[in-house]
Amino acid sequence: MQRIRIQTDDFSVDGEWKALREQLDANAGAVAAFVGLVREVQGDRGSSLELEHYAGMTERSVAAIVAEAERRWRLAAVTVIHRVGRLRPTDQIVLVLTASAHRSDALAACEFIIDRLKTDAIFWKRETADGDTRWVEATEQDVERAKGWVGR
Amino acid sequence: MIRVLFFASLREAVGMDAWTYSPGSAGSSLRLSALLAALKPALGPEGYAALTAENVRIAVNQEFVDGPARVDLKSGDEVAFLPPVTGG
Repeated sequence: MQRIRIQTDDFSVDGEWKALREQLDANAGAVAAFVGLVREVQGDRGSSLELEHYAGMTERSVAAIVAEAERRWRLAAVTVIHRVGRLRPTDQIVLVLTASAHRSDALAACEFIIDRLKTDAIFWKRETADGDTRWVEATEQDVERAKGWVGR
Repeated sequence: MIRVLFFASLREAVGMDAWTYSPGSAGSSLRLSALLAALKPALGPEGYAALTAENVRIAVNQEFVDGPARVDLKSGDEVAFLPPVTGG
C-alpha cells in the first residue's frame, strides 16, 4: 500500500505515522522513517529554497521509485510526502516511511527511496542566499549513491 | 494545438512557461523535431541553445521520450522540456 503526496503545506510526522500504523497488520515488525529538513545555505539563516514540480508527472516519478522499492523488498506500506513551494531553513521538506515484517527490508527500502528522490524524482530546487539565486542540481555524491543501488 | 511547457531554469532561459503551437493542417501528425524547428524563431538563439542542451530531457504527455527525430505528435499533446532534476 502506498501513499504519495506532493503538497505545499507542512506535514505532521505524528499524523502520518498514525495513518501508516492503521494500515498494518500483526505481521509488520518494523517501520523506518526518514525526515528531510531544509538546511541554511552558506551560513545564511535567511536563505530560502523554492521547489518546483510538474503536476502529475512528479507524482508518477515518485510512484515509480516506490514501486521499484516494493519489487526489491517485502514492504507492508510506504508513505512519501514531498513539499513544494517556498521553504525556509529548519522546515520539513520530505517524509519517507517504510513498513515491513523485518527491519532490514524497512531500513534498506527507506534509504533507497530517499536516494532515488535525489536523482529520479521530478523536482527542481532554487536556492536564494545573500541575495543570490541559483538552481540546485543533484550532487556527484547523490548520483553515485543512487547508482550504488544498481545490482544490489 | 500542441502545448509546450518549460520548467525551472529553462523557463527562465526562454522567458516563458508555456507556448502553444497550431500546426497548419488539422489532423495531420507532426514530428517533435519539426516542433523544435518551429520553436527556434520564437525563442531566439540563446533560448534555443538552452532547450537543446544535452542534459535537457523531453516528455510527451508526461512520459520521457528518447530523441525528437522519431516522435510523432498529434493535436492535444503536451510537450515538456525538463532540465536536470533533484528532490529529497
